[in-house]
Amino acid sequence: MFCDVCKSKEATVFLTQIIEGKMQKVNLCEGCSKEKGVNDPTGFALADLLLGLGAAQEIEKNPAGIRCPVCGFSQADFKKTGRLGCSACYDTFAEGLSGMLKNMHRGLVHTGKVPARLAVSRVRNQELSKLREELDRAVTAEQFEEAAGLRDRIRTLENEGREAEPAPNRVAELAEGEAEPLVPKPRQKP
Amino acid sequence: MKLSRIIANTGEWLSGSGPHDQIVVSSRVRLARNLKGKPFPGWAKKAERVAVLDEIRSAVEGLPEMENSFSERLEDLSPLEKQVLMERHLISREHAARGAGSAVVMNPEQTLSFMINEEDHLRMQAIRAGLQLEEVYAMINRTDSELEETLDFAFHDELGYLTACPTNVGTGMRASAMMHLPGLVMSEQVNKIINSVNKIGLAVRGLHGEGTEAMGNLFQVSNQTTLGETEEEIIARLNRVIAQILEHEQNARQILLQQRAETLLDQIGRAYGILCHAHSITSKEALNLLSFIKMGVDLSLFPSKSRLQVDELFIETQPAHLQKGLHAAKMGAEERDSLRAALIRAKLKQMPEPEIGKIPTNGFGNDSPATGENP
Repeated sequence: MFCDVCKSKEATVFLTQIIEGKMQKVNLCEGCSKEKGVNDPTGFALADLLLGLGAAQEIEKNPAGIRCPVCGFSQADFKKTGRLGCSACYDTFAEGLSGMLKNMHRGLVHTGKVPARLAVSRVRNQELSKLREELDRAVTAEQFEEAAGLRDRIRTLENEGREAEPAPNRVAELAEGEAEPLVPKPRQKP
Repeated sequence: MKLSRIIANTGEWLSGSGPHDQIVVSSRVRLARNLKGKPFPGWAKKAERVAVLDEIRSAVEGLPEMENSFSERLEDLSPLEKQVLMERHLISREHAARGAGSAVVMNPEQTLSFMINEEDHLRMQAIRAGLQLEEVYAMINRTDSELEETLDFAFHDELGYLTACPTNVGTGMRASAMMHLPGLVMSEQVNKIINSVNKIGLAVRGLHGEGTEAMGNLFQVSNQTTLGETEEEIIARLNRVIAQILEHEQNARQILLQQRAETLLDQIGRAYGILCHAHSITSKEALNLLSFIKMGVDLSLFPSKSRLQVDELFIETQPAHLQKGLHAAKMGAEERDSLRAALIRAKLKQMPEPEIGKIPTNGFGNDSPATGENP
């Protein structure tokens, strides 16, 4: 039987843990078991068991000692619990998370439902990041005429965004206002 | 609405009907949502959890479809009551383990339920009988759209809905179908199918989800991935796989009937015999035997009007349901086993005695709900 982590060496350490009432079995070779701290059962990352082996290593791709500025969550906390602290953690730990998400999911970009109040700003933000990339390319290629055009479009979009951002209610109104024509108004009988 | 009313009535997903409901017991879709800028329940302090609970609970209770809803904080429910809700798939095992700062809200039909402060701030699910994942998704999607008018859900331009566990990020959606697959189990094909389904990013699990054993030949098929596809694409992919499993199950039953009819009748007859005369029975044995009776109903060996009674026994014989009417202290396992046997004996006595002697000429037919008695 091969080690579950490196998948190349013979497994010699067989770990069985009960976590939240579920039995989890992991087979490791000697080298990997030391690296994972299996000799010290409390040091073994729950994240690995919950999210698949290697998850705890992925999160360590972030700079060491980093903490979420919003909720104070750290990488060590993630390794311990296999869960994140708050929605801002996704940006804080973005670097380590992207490798993990790639192994877990079918893509890295959400293509499904968008909350109505964010639909307008999301399209604008996506357009903006696309334009910024194009601007970089144009500048590198020294196509300054095109770059100037792109810069103006970016400014216009940014201004639109600034007008909408500070008042989230206005974005909501905008979204509602757009959706309105889809709702048929009750027709009055003559 | 009182919990006793919820408990007294069978949920719509059990008593109702839907496409292919002989094999697909129920369809369920749950969405995970969190409030922007608030720590997830597992990391939040108690005061923060309570604040989130109050905000979400009043929004949910204010929904038009949640009129006359049942709503309770988990700390105000007894362990037994929590377990009853869990056995009905209205709350998760994880949620049942929670106390202060968590709550559950559900409609009287028990088709919509909301877990507040489970692993995420809000987990809402819709559940209906039979195979109808699109309809069930439409139900919960409408509710989600209504809620987002008052609640500010955490949403990331690239990653979509943000969840406590990265495995749920994106759509935050888990769609699943509960399937009754005795034919595939008897013909020893079920493991092959579980393995191949697991390879394509879908999961097959036991009765109560992750890490639970398959009892009563009941299996849950669900999506594993939530990021990179739309909700509709995930459901379409799941539907294709479910349709294939359904076909395999129908074929397996047909082959059993043609090649091993004696074995099939023997199993159903023995199950009926044991259930009619046992005086002590564990819930695992009961479910496994009831599965054969359920197949007997599909084969028209039992009158079709017995179907609901048999289906109800699957739930009524679960440990907490057995004790729900009794206000006595929690029963021991032995006491439960004899109470369970008595309940089953009484229920089966009400049903007309089946004729498990001859191979039914019409076989399993198709799996649309039977309309009459043995023709």
